[in-house]
Amino acid sequence: MKNIVLLSLLFLGTAGDAQNKNAKASIEVDGVCMMCKTRIEKASIKTKGVKYANWNVKSHELKLIFDEQKTTLKEIKQNIIAVGHDTKEMKAKDEIYNSIDACCKYRDEKVVKDHQDN
Amino acid sequence: MKHIIFIFLITPMLVFAQAELKGVVLEANNSNEIIPLPGANIFWLDTTVGISTDIDGAFSIPYKKEYKKLIISYVGFSTDTLDIANSNVIQHRLRPLATLDEVVLNGKIKASATSYFEAKNIINISSEELLKAACCNLAESFETNPSIDVNFADAVSGSKQIKMLGLTSPYILIATENIPSIRGASQAYGLSFIPGTWVESIQITKGAGSVVNGFESIAGQINAELQKPTKDNRLFFNTYVSANGRIELNTHINTNLNEKWSSGLYIHGDMRDKKFDKNDDSFLDMPLQKQINVMNRWQYTDLENGFVSFLNIRILNDQKQAGQLNFNPNTDKFTTNSWGSEIDTERFEISGKLGYVNPDIPYHSLGVQFAFSNHNQESYFGLNNYDIEHQSIYSNIIYNSIIGDSRHKVKTGVSFTYDNYDEQVLDNDYKRTERSFGAFFEYTFDNIDDLNLTAGVRVDSHNLLGTFITPRFHLRYTPWERSALRASFGRGKRSANIFAENQNMFASSRTFNIRNVSGPVYGLEPEIAWNYGVSFLQGFNLFDRKADVLIDYYRTNFNNQIVVDFENSQEVNFYNLKGKSYSNSVQIELNYNVFERFDLRAAYKFYDIKTQYESGELEKPLTPRHRIFTNISYSTLKTVNNSQWKFDTTFNWLGKQRFYSTQASPLLYQLPNYTPTLSTLNAQITKVFSNKFEVYLGGENLTNVKQSNPIISADNPFSSNFDANFVYGPIFGSMYYTGIRFKIN
Repeated sequence: MKNIVLLSLLFLGTAGDAQNKNAKASIEVDGVCMMCKTRIEKASIKTKGVKYANWNVKSHELKLIFDEQKTTLKEIKQNIIAVGHDTKEMKAKDEIYNSIDACCKYRDEKVVKDHQDN
Repeated sequence: MKHIIFIFLITPMLVFAQAELKGVVLEANNSNEIIPLPGANIFWLDTTVGISTDIDGAFSIPYKKEYKKLIISYVGFSTDTLDIANSNVIQHRLRPLATLDEVVLNGKIKASATSYFEAKNIINISSEELLKAACCNLAESFETNPSIDVNFADAVSGSKQIKMLGLTSPYILIATENIPSIRGASQAYGLSFIPGTWVESIQITKGAGSVVNGFESIAGQINAELQKPTKDNRLFFNTYVSANGRIELNTHINTNLNEKWSSGLYIHGDMRDKKFDKNDDSFLDMPLQKQINVMNRWQYTDLENGFVSFLNIRILNDQKQAGQLNFNPNTDKFTTNSWGSEIDTERFEISGKLGYVNPDIPYHSLGVQFAFSNHNQESYFGLNNYDIEHQSIYSNIIYNSIIGDSRHKVKTGVSFTYDNYDEQVLDNDYKRTERSFGAFFEYTFDNIDDLNLTAGVRVDSHNLLGTFITPRFHLRYTPWERSALRASFGRGKRSANIFAENQNMFASSRTFNIRNVSGPVYGLEPEIAWNYGVSFLQGFNLFDRKADVLIDYYRTNFNNQIVVDFENSQEVNFYNLKGKSYSNSVQIELNYNVFERFDLRAAYKFYDIKTQYESGELEKPLTPRHRIFTNISYSTLKTVNNSQWKFDTTFNWLGKQRFYSTQASPLLYQLPNYTPTLSTLNAQITKVFSNKFEVYLGGENLTNVKQSNPIISADNPFSSNFDANFVYGPIFGSMYYTGIRFKIN
């Protein structure tokens, strides 16, 4: 499935070519609701170098456009887990996770189920 | 771990007897876009506990453990039932319905709303609100909205005039789909050239608008979005008949030609061929009229490649005949046999829009707007002849991008406009050409939380107005929940079309004088004004029902204004402002959902508008200092086939208004300094039989208030005292109408 998606541009960067100013990436970030969306997008866009962030509540896909000269996908992910949202590779610390609003507890199957479309 | 958290979550519910279930309702779509559904109905099965979502699709409903099934419904969408086990926040996507024949249990759309999030003070009027006043065109669409004042321009032409912040429509930028459309030659009657059924929604921006659409707006901007071939009903038919002899027909036909192209044909015809003189002043109360108005729209949509485009062609023919009952144009035109007036207008319009959004970089987009119109009016008012021909070109290219990241958005672009006027005023010829080339830049900051602001500037080089800068600024701050504090300022500049904008003056025996000679437009200088405004919106709950209160204050300061001076009853004088001219406007508005499907809107407005005339500093004539407005709407529960009743009533009270001075007139024709106060009441009942068919019946001015002598010296219209400009209230008395709407989706 589309658990992790890295777009080709990212590979270009690691291959040593000129770094892309409009690198596109799509990663999976866990979350359940519109409050999560605001939190995830805010954390992303506040990362210096990130130009655009749009998280899809249903697919959990976070679309990013960022400047590779200024930031890396790893740094963006670190900022996302720092506000309490898991990515595929990096998980948020429990104490941070516990501090997010009750409705956003995406690790709880019960919560997830309640958010799902019937 | 997970179970521990679960217990943690469930505990508060056990502690508090009354809990709330919160959530958000969104539209389900293929692109997974976030489109909230405001006004969706949420209620617990087998209970009376229900609520509707707010403007962001969010809701909060009382929750008890016994409540198991939550029903979410929305007109045009599937009705879903959710199993609820606890009060965790839910997000639900409703699927749009292709056909709509099932039972929707309950319906409410907030018809008119001010946003909590926009930087500008924008009031959005939805199609639901537009249905509240069934008649007839854009001018009348504002009758259920307190921010706009609608009144008659004069006692003969039947044309309505709108005001915002107490300033007449030339100071408002009126656009259709963001292309300025009611300006120049169409200023006086243009609002009646946009049929009500063509309008999908209206956005009213109070105060300084955006710099993107030009430099002319001073009091605010009104944008009317028209029906779109892809969204409108496949077939729509409306007929309207009123007791004052007006018949109207509207037909829309929309087709999807293929995946990308769709087309719509919109035909409007109206006619009034019966003569009425209920006040026995020998003049028709309303003019005879005929209008044919045809628009063809083409829409091209290619979302994969990011293109949306519209092409519109419109042809209009409008004929009015006003004046005395026995006036016959064939034998009496330009004679003193009897007083009459004819106004014939032909208009042709072509406009196009192209929007491109880069599918790879969604924050890069480009918009191109182009419009051409040819407007030709031939008219006479008694012995006064007035013809105007106006060709206009409007073009604008807008590029959207970001600086750094998408919290910092920019819009920039260039525009070119061309206007050619050829006027015949009595025996004088006036010709002028205006050309302007401009560039604009608008920056928007949004911290995705409690603050956003828009700062724009444009520079224009205009062959008559010179080269000048137009700055405009808007700010929105949310100090606490459900509130919005806004501030704005901006500058506007325009050339006053003194004759086209004041055509009402021709229905008099006055002489017309321009007192200045050295200016670029009719010898007059351009008008320049600054507008400043603050507003505060607060949402709250009153007895557990939603309410909001909006307070705003706007001030407009004219650096220069073309003073239209009617203070000498024998003359109309135009001159550059010498001294002060300002408008202060305060509005307090309350919206309250008293109970399910019953909404109340009440507003109070205060105007303090003064101008330095040659005869001294005077209050703006025929504008009430105080106005009270209330609108009440109620609809019954929807039953089988979505059938329901809708009731709507609007009450207006206008305080006294200053008459133009009549001191120099003979005693017989002198009027008091002020008009009496005035109350009017309108009501409408709609019976929806199904999604396809509805019938409405309404009345305007139900209390039968009439201005007794709207025309001065009506018995002797060729005497030097004849004047139809002293209109402050209804001429006709009460008026009833009925109509049907038929639609196939």
